[in-house]
Order: sequence, then structure tokens, then C-alpha cells
Amino acid sequence: MTTAILVSILMTLVAASTPILLAALGELVTEKAGVLNLGVEGMMLCGAVAGFAVAFSTGSTMLGLLAAMVAGMATAMVFAVLTLSLTANQVATGLALTIFGIGASSLIGAGFVGRTITRLGPVFPAALSEHPWLRAVFGHDIVVYLSLALVLGVSLFLRRTRPGLILRAVGENDASAHAIGYPVIAIRYAAIAFGGALAGLGGAYFSLALTPMWADGLTAGRGWIALALVVFAAWRPGRLLLGAYLFGAVMTLELQAKAAGITWLAPELLAMTPYLATVAVLTMMSLGRRSGRLNAPACLGKPFSAS
Amino acid sequence: MTSIITRRRFNFGAGASAAALPLLGTGARAQAPLGVGFIYVGPIGDHGWTWTHDQGRLALEKEYGAKIKTSFIEKVAEGPDAARAIRQLAQAGNQLIFTTSFGFMNPTIQVAKQFPKLKFEHATGYQRAENVATYNARFYEGRAVIGTIAGHMSKSGQAGYIASFPIPEVVMGINAFTLAARKVNPNFRTKVIWASTWYDPAKEADAAKALIDQGCDIITQHTDSAAALQAAEQRGVFAFGQASDMKAFAPKAHLTAIVDDWSGYYIKRVKEVMDGSWKSGDVWHGIKDGMVKIAPYNDAVTPAARAAADEVTKGIVAGTLHPFTGELKDQKGEVRLKAGETASDAVLSKMDWYVDGVQA
Repeated sequence: MTTAILVSILMTLVAASTPILLAALGELVTEKAGVLNLGVEGMMLCGAVAGFAVAFSTGSTMLGLLAAMVAGMATAMVFAVLTLSLTANQVATGLALTIFGIGASSLIGAGFVGRTITRLGPVFPAALSEHPWLRAVFGHDIVVYLSLALVLGVSLFLRRTRPGLILRAVGENDASAHAIGYPVIAIRYAAIAFGGALAGLGGAYFSLALTPMWADGLTAGRGWIALALVVFAAWRPGRLLLGAYLFGAVMTLELQAKAAGITWLAPELLAMTPYLATVAVLTMMSLGRRSGRLNAPACLGKPFSAS
Repeated sequence: MTSIITRRRFNFGAGASAAALPLLGTGARAQAPLGVGFIYVGPIGDHGWTWTHDQGRLALEKEYGAKIKTSFIEKVAEGPDAARAIRQLAQAGNQLIFTTSFGFMNPTIQVAKQFPKLKFEHATGYQRAENVATYNARFYEGRAVIGTIAGHMSKSGQAGYIASFPIPEVVMGINAFTLAARKVNPNFRTKVIWASTWYDPAKEADAAKALIDQGCDIITQHTDSAAALQAAEQRGVFAFGQASDMKAFAPKAHLTAIVDDWSGYYIKRVKEVMDGSWKSGDVWHGIKDGMVKIAPYNDAVTPAARAAADEVTKGIVAGTLHPFTGELKDQKGEVRLKAGETASDAVLSKMDWYVDGVQA
């Protein structure tokens, strides 16, 4: 196997991992604030269609990415109003949000089927990525670098900053956070908005970078993988990065193995590896901790009302 | 006139105008439009399989105008639940109902029994009844044409084939493609990736990339999106469109496409219902009848490849060339077709073996 092929596989792997990394990172912050939003797939689709529509209409992929974040955020706000202000059940509302997102994106996107746009290109000049190994470092588009920066940013925010500490407090014990004067509902609104924006961005990565087109159900279930990934990562950004690239690697290598004619390894087995790994990690975590609560935020999914 | 009934949109136009008709009918006897219903497995927006069937429906409207009223339900899951959707169209007053996916076979038969006066048409199935006809297209004829082009255009002698599920229709496409390519280049090989889905654009694109990484310089697919073509365009290799002309997605890579055209059949069958001559039957049309078409060639297709592809098309139309002509052996060396023998429809519709050159 030549260097060029190895690098090419690596590039595919990174590209496949990036949207699930983004969506999962947003969901991680949302869950850290104690809110379980199962509508990731729906928010991704809304972001994907909005990003494509704007990029197609204006000719600017950057504006498309921005619009995708706004659309993801707007979709998330529907969820926030229902669950925070009206204290609806988070699980049911999240599932409804996914179904809503599938339908809404299909309706909005009906006029954009079969249209094409210019793919989101590498951010650095081509001269930097002539050598294969340099391409592996400098050959990506802006969203890839942004996703890595966001992992670092979220990690520092949660562990090293005061607002991060407050956000975690809200997720761990909303009543206490409220009692010492923190605006629990407002903080959760912000966390949900952040989660929506990143899910929208992840969705737009499909319609602007991976497969620059709009078609119904474009994300094909990646939102659910993102949800599993948060649990796999035990709500830690660093481990989330690792997990996202592991998922991406398995998705890519499964196809590479088939293309290379490797038949002794059943592709079905490879395809189920990430999920087996999730189960294994969950098992190990629950064995390792006496509390057995897997590091999940204590107030995850519980409604809060200030009265 | 159209009424659309989907999972996300409800349009009661059909019911409203039908209810209004008896009131109008007291004075001048208005001719009620013939109701024609369609059940789609995917979204119309797939730009592939379902889209081509909807193009057929639109052709019907253009042809017959106010004489018919079409309606459709899209994104209907295959299996038992489809019966509900078909029954809905039957009860809405449609006299002819097209169910356009293999998995609608049993539900179609079941509902047809309950509505013996209505006519049903099931695409790609094999069960028929007095009021249920079947129809299908000989996609493998198109595969033979693009296989010929692939044989001429591939420098590495390796094509990548992104396939959905190993059902006979897909298997015969892979074989027809490979046989045609090997007629041009005896060492030609086809690498198959089973995507295990009809529709997952990102996975289809990644599969194309994996195949290109492994040395394939020409990509074809039996899945529904244009994602593989986009990947081919990005990597600078050639590809073919599937179900519809996909040139817009990959102006340089798109050599040609196998285009499904159902409009001729739909127009004919509606006419037969109108004049009362409709009969159940089984239709399997190909290039000759215009159900399978080859999209215009890309400028990149060399004169030699064009000539050879045209030759294959002509031979198929004239009946002098059958893509499956013996002697044909499967990969275990077993003779499947004797010398000079051509594959019967029965052999084709049960195909579960690969010819030499296929890596599946």
C-alpha cells in the first residue's frame, strides 16, 4: 500500500468522522447542562437543508455554514421552549423533533433536489498539500479544523472556566444551582442552542462538503451515532474526539476491506464494532465505579421548574 | 389535477372534488376523471428510482390532462404496512394503482383481492392476478452498454461497483456489466462493495472513494443517490449515472447514464383502462421499447467506445445480441449457459451466481 493511498484513506476517515464529532460535541454540552435532546438527527437535517439552500442561493459555502448553525439553533429552540418553558417530557419531545426535522427538511428541500454547488474546499493553498503527508495535515476544509478547535475549546470551557463550572453544576444538581442564584433555565437554553448550532453545522457538512447536494434524509442516521458517541465518551470531550475518529475509522475501513477483496473478515462484524465498543465501554465504566452511574450528569433528562 | 397524500402533507383536493361531482352531475353529465394512484417507496426527491416513476406520472398528466386525476403516496415502507397506503388510494376512488417497488408485492395482491373492480400494476414483482399486472425494465441491457464503454475507457482495467443488496436484479446488472467489459478487455475486473442500503449518500461516496483508492478508475452503482458520481468527479475518474441522467452532479465524470423511462408504459396502460381493453399480464421491456434509455455520451467518451456502445445498443434492439449468451460459466466453473444459448427470463430472474472477473 503506497503512502498516497494511506493518506487518501486517512482523509476519508477524517471527513467521515467530522460531522458526528460536531453533532456529538454539541449534544455533550447540552447533556452536561442536564438536558437530553434526542432530536440530533432532526437538527442535523434542518442544518443540512438550510446550509445547502443558502449556499446554492448566494454561492457562498461560508454563508451556508452560518445558515446551517442558525437553522440548527432555531430547531433546537423549538425543543427548548417545549421542554424548559413548558416542561414537556424530554425524551418524547426529542424524538418528535427528529421526526419534525425529517419532514421539515424534506419540505424545504423539495425545490433543491438535483441542484449542485461547489464543494467546500481545503482551507490552505494547494502548494502546502502537494506531498501526501503534508496533505494529511493541511489538506482539510475549514470545518475539520474548526471541529478540532471546538473540542479543545469545550474541554477547556467545561473544566477550566467558571461558566463551565456553573453549566456542570446546573446539570449535576439543578435545585442547588437555582438555590444559590444561577438562572438554570437560561443556562439550559444556551446549552441547547449551542447543541443545535453544532448539530446544524454537522448536518451541513454532508450537504456542503461530503456530498454537495440536497436529497431527503441526507444524514442517514448519523445523528443517532452521535447520541451513542456521547455515552461512549462518558461525557468527556477528549474521549469524544477519540470515539468519533474510531467510528469514522470503522465506517471507512469496512468499505476499504470490501474494496480490497478481504473476505475472511465479515463486513457485518466490522460494521457492528462501534456499537460493540459502546457496550463494552459502558460495561467497563459501570464495573469501575461503585456508584455505577457512568459519569452521566445527575439531572440528565429531568424537568426543572423554578417554582 | 393532482392530489398529494404523503406522510407530511395532506391534500384533500381529491375527496373534495369527488364529493362535488354528484351535485354538478344533475344538469350536464360531466365525465368523471379517471383516478390513477401511485405508491412510491422513496421520496420523489431521491433523483433516482422514485423520481423516475414520478416523471412517468407527470407524463400521464401531460398526456391526458383533465381526463385523469393522479395521486401518490411517497415514502411508503415495504412490507405489511404498505397495504394500508394502497387501500387508502383504492378507497379514494382510483381505478388504476401502480405500486412501484418489489416489496409491495404481497400487499398489492392482498388489496387487489378486496377491490376486484380496480386494476393494479406492480413493478418488478412476479405475482399476478386477474386485476394485478406486473411490469419491469431490462436494466441489464443498459448495464451491457455501459460495461462496453467501461471496457474501452478504463486504463487500469478495474471498475468499482457500489451495489445495494444481492438480489437477482442487482446480480444480473453486475454480471452484464462485467461480461460486456470483458468482451473489450478480457482481463477486466469489477470490484463490488455491498453498501447494504439503497440510500445513504455519504456511505455511497465513501464506498466510491475506497474503490478508487484500490485502483478502480471507473465507478458505477446500483444505489439511489448521485453521491458516487460526485466522489468520482472529485477524484478525477469516470462514472455512470443510475436511473436518471446525473450529468449535473458530475459534468466531467458522468460518461452516460442508464435512464428508466416509465412514461410510455403508463400512458399505454391508462389508455387501456379508459377504453376497457386492460388485461393483466407481465411486461419486461428494455431498450427496444424505450423503457431503458442511454443518456447522451460525455465528450470524453472516445470514438471507439461510442461506436462499440452504439453497436451493442443496436444489437440489443435488433435482437441479434443478448447480454447473456453462452457459453457462460460461473466462478466455480459450472456451465450456466451452453454455447450459443441465451439466458431465458426464468434464468435471469433467479440469478445468484457471478461470472469471472467479479470480485464480490
